[in-house]
Amino acid sequence: MTFLRVVWLVMRKDLLVELRSREIVYTTMFFAVSCVLVFAFGFVREGQPMGDVGAGILWIAVAFSGTLALGRAFERERQSETLRALILAPVDRPALYVAKLLGVLLLMAAVEAIVVPLVALLFQAPLFRHLAMLLALLAAGTIGFTAVGTLFGAMLSRARSRDVLLPILLYPITVPVIIAGVRGTSALLQADPDPAVARAWLSLLVSFDVVFITLALWTFEPVMTD
Amino acid sequence: MDFERLTFHEVTRNFGRRRALNRVSLSCRAGEMVALLGPNGAGKSTLLSIAATLLSPSSGTVQYGDRTARTGGAALRARIGFLAHDLFIYPELSAAENLRFFARLHGLADADSVVDAALGRAGLEDRRDDPVVSFSRGMRQRLAIERALLHEPRLVLLDEPFTGLDDAAVAATRARLRALRESGCIVLLTTHDLEIVEQLADRAVVLSGGRLNTIDGHGSGLRERYRQAASS
Repeated sequence: MTFLRVVWLVMRKDLLVELRSREIVYTTMFFAVSCVLVFAFGFVREGQPMGDVGAGILWIAVAFSGTLALGRAFERERQSETLRALILAPVDRPALYVAKLLGVLLLMAAVEAIVVPLVALLFQAPLFRHLAMLLALLAAGTIGFTAVGTLFGAMLSRARSRDVLLPILLYPITVPVIIAGVRGTSALLQADPDPAVARAWLSLLVSFDVVFITLALWTFEPVMTD
Repeated sequence: MDFERLTFHEVTRNFGRRRALNRVSLSCRAGEMVALLGPNGAGKSTLLSIAATLLSPSSGTVQYGDRTARTGGAALRARIGFLAHDLFIYPELSAAENLRFFARLHGLADADSVVDAALGRAGLEDRRDDPVVSFSRGMRQRLAIERALLHEPRLVLLDEPFTGLDDAAVAATRARLRALRESGCIVLLTTHDLEIVEQLADRAVVLSGGRLNTIDGHGSGLRERYRQAASS
């Protein structure tokens, strides 16, 4: 069976399960919106944001809600040990990784579609001024964060303290993603936007994505069978 | 690919400092049903997971004919059917959706008719579109057995297949296992039901403390032989 066919089958199954339960999308969205609202209570006075905080808050909401989505996505596979059934199937095992990655990315895209306008509204951040660049930064950053998180989520799916271990392992490695995302977005939000700086941070994010997706595809099979 | 023999040679598996299997050697041939007995925590599920290629041995080798898990790859996995203690089914999906998903993942040509036949054997035709979360343990077990056998595997690994089944389902499962053996499958199953072992298995082996003893699986007195082997 072709690599893409396996990716499609597993991703479709994940989305069907999510459509039935709507568990991850609701909890993740609720968490991300709550996160932004809490920061709004702290950093907005009389309708005016205190300083240039929109970019940081946007990426914190993305990172925290992404961690929640990754944890739940693999908790679901753990309940009946279905991840082992996928590993046992006669398919390219890296295709399972790609399917899981794409499934979480779709959920994150749905969350970001709500969070970006909310941050723009509450923090008066001109996020839509350079929309294409903002979308590129968000896409590259979310892919990098989720690529690392999907590998760790799968590795930790049978660990007893997986809920604690996932953020402990994930955040230190994805610090470059968060920094590049915040700095790139921040460059677009200034009074005098600097797309060249945003492009430089975008290049860093793309490099991170290439390195970590390659590593994950290479290591997924051995870490899942040992 | 097909293979005539499954061979464990000096297989050891450690989990941290705990040794789950200690130099286990066992050979099973096509058309043979071997019962794996032993107390809880003896290493039976670990041995089945290694045979299913889901775990690697810490030392020793497992051979499927002249192949190993590494050289056999996806073609070998296509010939393995594994019913684990956890049932490997999605509770949010219906019985038919679960079977269809795994049939397609195995690349079966006519997935829909394979699924219909499997649901018929499991006696779940009238519940085919109900989510599995609404099923009893016995119904889930029947579905999981069909999920494991959907792709007509050569090596059938069953971890306590009779758990939660009523009398009719036990009888149907026994008949199914006999048919598998007669069709040339290698069947390796774990159970605590010695009566079933006496009636079904060609051979019984006992795992105790990670070590393996072979006993005669036939005839009366199996309980006594099992007790002696488990305590030795």
